Amino acid sequence: MDDTKTKTAKGKTAKELNVKPVYLESGLEVNPVYTADDTKNSGIEKEMPGEYPFTRGIHPTMYRNKPFTIRQYAGFASPEETNERFQFLIENGQTGLNVAFDLPTQCGLDSDDARAFGEVGRVGMSIDTLADFEIAFKNIDLDKITVSLTINGTAIILIAMYIAMAEKAGYDISKLRGTAQNDILKEFIGRGTWIFPVDKSVKLVVDTIEYCAHHVPKYSPVSVCGYHIRESGANPIQEMAYAFCIAKAYTDGALERGITIDDFASRLSFNFDIYGNLFEQVAKFRGGRRLWAKIIREEYHAKKDSSCWLRMIAGGGGGGLTKEQPENNIVRSAYYALISALSGTQTMALCSYDEAYTIPTEHSAEISLRTMQIMIHEMGICDTVDPLGGSYYVEALTDKFEEEIKREMKTVEKWDGIVNAVATGKIQESVSKQAYAREMGMQTGKVPKVGVNIFTREEESKDVEFHPYDPKGADVQIEKLKKIKAGRNNEKVKLCLAQVKQDAIDNKNLMPSIIAAVKEYCTVGEIVTAMKEEYGEFKEPIFF
Amino acid sequence: MKVLLAKPGLDGHDVGVKVLAHGLIEAGFQVVYTGLRKTIEEIVDMAVANKADIIGMSILSGTHLVLANKMKEVQEERKLNIPWFVGGNIPAKDIEELKRIGASQAFATGSKVADVVKYFNTMKVSA
Repeated sequence: MDDTKTKTAKGKTAKELNVKPVYLESGLEVNPVYTADDTKNSGIEKEMPGEYPFTRGIHPTMYRNKPFTIRQYAGFASPEETNERFQFLIENGQTGLNVAFDLPTQCGLDSDDARAFGEVGRVGMSIDTLADFEIAFKNIDLDKITVSLTINGTAIILIAMYIAMAEKAGYDISKLRGTAQNDILKEFIGRGTWIFPVDKSVKLVVDTIEYCAHHVPKYSPVSVCGYHIRESGANPIQEMAYAFCIAKAYTDGALERGITIDDFASRLSFNFDIYGNLFEQVAKFRGGRRLWAKIIREEYHAKKDSSCWLRMIAGGGGGGLTKEQPENNIVRSAYYALISALSGTQTMALCSYDEAYTIPTEHSAEISLRTMQIMIHEMGICDTVDPLGGSYYVEALTDKFEEEIKREMKTVEKWDGIVNAVATGKIQESVSKQAYAREMGMQTGKVPKVGVNIFTREEESKDVEFHPYDPKGADVQIEKLKKIKAGRNNEKVKLCLAQVKQDAIDNKNLMPSIIAAVKEYCTVGEIVTAMKEEYGEFKEPIFF
Repeated sequence: MKVLLAKPGLDGHDVGVKVLAHGLIEAGFQVVYTGLRKTIEEIVDMAVANKADIIGMSILSGTHLVLANKMKEVQEERKLNIPWFVGGNIPAKDIEELKRIGASQAFATGSKVADVVKYFNTMKVSA
């Protein structure tokens, strides 16, 4: 009897068992073995998928009913090329596309602005005026295709353009669908396409939420991105905690405008990152989903269950992929896809294995697609809901993650909330310190990475490649802009821009005046300038 | 030795430049960071004001040649000769081109912090 007792690992730490201690990236220690005792407080045995608090998934039958949606990213330089691509996709039966924009459009600069030199059309479509939108969507039936706008700093203007274009083309905007990323708070933490001060930036997001709630109710105006926060160096706990704080900031803003929680929460979605320890990521999503449900029900008193759903796109994993022995990334991506499915995602997207150093080829993009299809059709991943549910380890870690995300959210509260924490650089500082620790861990071998610091071999150094950049494309865009400016009613343009500024001064919702302005072909740069006159610009706190 | 780390152009990806800032400080360098979206003129102004010994530009959007030419132009106009280097997504064929324009060195993504530090230490000796 005594002998078995000393031999059992139950409830013992690594130290007691004389095995090496294991810590997750989040800092949590992993026990050598887990038992029913470790999960007895979770209540998971009584919880069914599709039931509050949705630890096991937001739907009762999940993928048995319908597998997760596969979404692949794409970016095109000009409105003309985008239009061709839309036509092609519709002919091939596809119904959705993500639109990426170039940096001048993202930062609120026109193509002819000196600061835009060399950047026009480089990383996405260039938009100066509504005319560009009209070209991109020429002969496209907006009832048949849903468009996702990957835009943040100037989202209010581009959403206004999308609505204006639809209105001018005779669509009933109350039926218009689509999504915008429109998560400005994460831009202050990673990616950096902010324009206005943090509080004004949030106000603009809330303007789009309020306008859409009343006029374009089927449109999803915000997708909160933990993804970019994690890619900037945040650990999995912070990824969820900061994303939830951000989502709460937009929610609070929407409620202040008189929108009910049940009207808003169902239009909110999340975008999360996957790389690192498999069990840690699964616990991150399961624990996060349970916590989000509780926040929406207990703090915001949502009546509808569907308001409590954590809807997510999860995948990507760019931060986990390596330039060294790149074929290994195919294997990594397959694990990321597995994690995403085991976590009950609604939509999945994977990075291509060669994305770390080159333009993904059609071949590498196809491998990503096939990775997800193999999982759906060969691995039985869709057969039963939440296959890891009830695992002692996963449930114990899920409980721990719920607790830890909550604790991290309290830290943000101590920094006077997310808006202040971002404005003062607190979050950026903590994320950047971790990025450094992780990078040094990789470079010194403390964080093992196959092909990088263990199991390396001599290999030819791989070159970085970009989409070929055509400076003539920028000239064409600038020429087009000149013609638009000469042909529009410049008196009306002046009045419209003055109205945008006046509405900013009066603290009104800017959507109506911006929609009016884009209809008169005011440029993105002109509208941003009018707004800056009242709001000023974000002063970046220098932290690293 | 004082290093001015800069983010020229519109690219907002600053993980790498901040990692390097930490690494250089740990290796005993003084570091001034410009923050995002600075024009080359602003960067040169900051280098002069801070008496920086070298300027490092982090560029990931592919605009490195455009910005390098501008750096050369602005320094020539102002009759300055502050050494500068580039880091980021730099294709191999552009590394020589950047050096031809006037960069003292170019570090492509995947370079180790230790390599950059080593390079700076050799500069210290020659300076």
